[in-house]
Amino acid sequence: MSSRDVSPKQELIIEAGRTEKQYWQDLWRYRELFYFLAWRDILVRYKQTAIGIAWALIRPFLTMVVFSVIFGKIANLPSDGVPYPILVYSGMLPWQFFATSLSECSNSLVTNANLLSKVYFPRLIVPTSAVVVSFVDFMVAGMILLGLMAWYNFVPTWRIVTLPLFILIASAASMGAGLWLASLNVQYRDFRFIVPFIVQFGLYLSPVGFSKNVVPEQWRLLYSLNPMVGVIDGFRWAILGGESNIYLPGFVLSLAVVALLLASGIWYFRRMERTFADVI
Amino acid sequence: MSDAIIRVENLGKKYIIGHQQKEPYTALRDVIANRVKSLGKKLRHPGRRTDNPNREEFWALNNVSFEIHQGDRVGIIGHNGAGKSTLLKILSRITEPTKGQIRINGRVASLLEVGTGFHPELTGRENIYLNGAILGMSKTEIQRKFDEIVAFAEVEKFLDTPVKRYSSGMYVRLAFAVAAYLEPEILIVDEVLAVGDAKFQKKCLGKMEDVGKQGKTVLFVSHNMATIRQLCSRAILMHQGRLSFTGSTEEAIDRYLNHTQSNTSVSTKVSKHGIELTKVNLYEANTGYVTYSPIFNRDYLLKIELVTKESLTNVGLAVLVYNELGILVSAPCTTEEGIDPFVLNGTTEITFELSKLQLLPGTYRISILVHRSGEQAPDLEAQDILSFEVQAAIVREGMQAYGKKHGIVRISNCASITYL
Repeated sequence: MSSRDVSPKQELIIEAGRTEKQYWQDLWRYRELFYFLAWRDILVRYKQTAIGIAWALIRPFLTMVVFSVIFGKIANLPSDGVPYPILVYSGMLPWQFFATSLSECSNSLVTNANLLSKVYFPRLIVPTSAVVVSFVDFMVAGMILLGLMAWYNFVPTWRIVTLPLFILIASAASMGAGLWLASLNVQYRDFRFIVPFIVQFGLYLSPVGFSKNVVPEQWRLLYSLNPMVGVIDGFRWAILGGESNIYLPGFVLSLAVVALLLASGIWYFRRMERTFADVI
Repeated sequence: MSDAIIRVENLGKKYIIGHQQKEPYTALRDVIANRVKSLGKKLRHPGRRTDNPNREEFWALNNVSFEIHQGDRVGIIGHNGAGKSTLLKILSRITEPTKGQIRINGRVASLLEVGTGFHPELTGRENIYLNGAILGMSKTEIQRKFDEIVAFAEVEKFLDTPVKRYSSGMYVRLAFAVAAYLEPEILIVDEVLAVGDAKFQKKCLGKMEDVGKQGKTVLFVSHNMATIRQLCSRAILMHQGRLSFTGSTEEAIDRYLNHTQSNTSVSTKVSKHGIELTKVNLYEANTGYVTYSPIFNRDYLLKIELVTKESLTNVGLAVLVYNELGILVSAPCTTEEGIDPFVLNGTTEITFELSKLQLLPGTYRISILVHRSGEQAPDLEAQDILSFEVQAAIVREGMQAYGKKHGIVRISNCASITYL
């Protein structure tokens, strides 16, 4: 009795250089693994810590306090007419999301090396679930923003409903950059050192501690090449409402950079994916 | 044939091995430095092709073609480095072939390692779900089989304990149990059964047999010939990246073991105290010729030569003789033969007299253990160092020869009849 009589099956063909058509189908089939990996990382992340998930609150909170004091009080930078802590925090939130997912993402393949060399599944799942884990932290940290708003009696405008859109852009940005770094990290472990560096620099190169209006007009467009500029800009526009406005050419440019990053990231990842098991 | 479930054609896998790389991974600076170097060379000698002397191609698999049909249980055997694991990795899509093609009809599940993806911090329960998902099971599937998995692994009491607190036996049992309840059409298993205690191994083997009996296709790599013989209906013998034989399990195993025989270059076995095993041979007692096919009931000498740089006291030696099913038939030891722990100095030859060889016809393998009294681990352990095939022979004035069917050893050496 042939197996084909039992059920019509798809024939799988394995060949050199062949990008399987089934890849995206497989991605769907393995969607539960995606969930389980994220779940594992969330479970494990704060195991054997005394205060557990509170770390996701404390880190951004303390950074926010420091930034508010340094940029708001000491440097006396303009706050666009909102309480400085809220200004800082609305930038901090997407930045922390970006920074953690970038570092998690870039390390994800190497830390899961044993999986990559022993089991088949679409490798794209690994970095993606790393982003999801950071997203959970992001949601937790978001509660502080609610607290701040309550404290300062700050009521957001209707624009707050557009926030998911900007969250999506932030995810795309971290995913795109993360995919590049993850696949490069497999081959060149140098990126283990480069990533913390990017994160550290990026914090000051992006308008986290200050409003983007501080940047001189003629440099705005160039500044927007940093994809996080557009994202943070969008976050502030949605959360703060009122006087904060989106610098449209810059935003479009940031958006284009994000799209390019994501598309090229996926392309590069897919290209390198086949040799991961051999070089990792 | 149309019902081939796996068809492999001309499969090849090339690795580039670097000779001068110290790090196990490429560092960006090396790549940049090498690029600059080769660019410099190109500028100085335009037109000449730059070959990197540090790189060498290595074909882990070459020109491998075979077919596997629905319901076959195929054993893949071969020496270390024969390409077995590479083949399995390609079949399970972990790595890509360099050339050739594979067509697979059916859902493949591969088990190349027990407990892949187990996380030490997670509990047994959590790891069952995680591991199941990694191996390609859906959540509902795992839920359905959860109780069976737990029962198979015998870890009911520890389900909510992090697996890092498990004993290694429990860990392995749980890991295998998850894999055992996979329900693929094609199951690919690397040598993973060599873990756990004997009782559990037996249970695993039983489970694997069941899988085969359900008409599923199984590909199985092992060095344990007894397991292969028990489980597999066909076998593939690999040698240095090529397919050297496909066909019946018996014949493949025969060829494999005979190959071991002709390959006995023992001088590579060096132990921690610098004991080197330089020679293991079976000699005909009368002629002194080396033989690999001794004849039943004749006289032989087994000589083992050891070389040490410095003298070593309190040494004992054991010869383990296994039959083809991997059963220990006999283990002559120097101590038990009445030689007190002795001194190894320079080149030492140890001889065992095998008078009237009473091993019945069949293939036997010999492993050698050298140990010092008072030490736990053996100083030298050479496995399957020699194999020989005992030939059938007539004893006394018998009409029929003793053969394979008569078992492993002859325990009687005389029979008589008395009319009462």
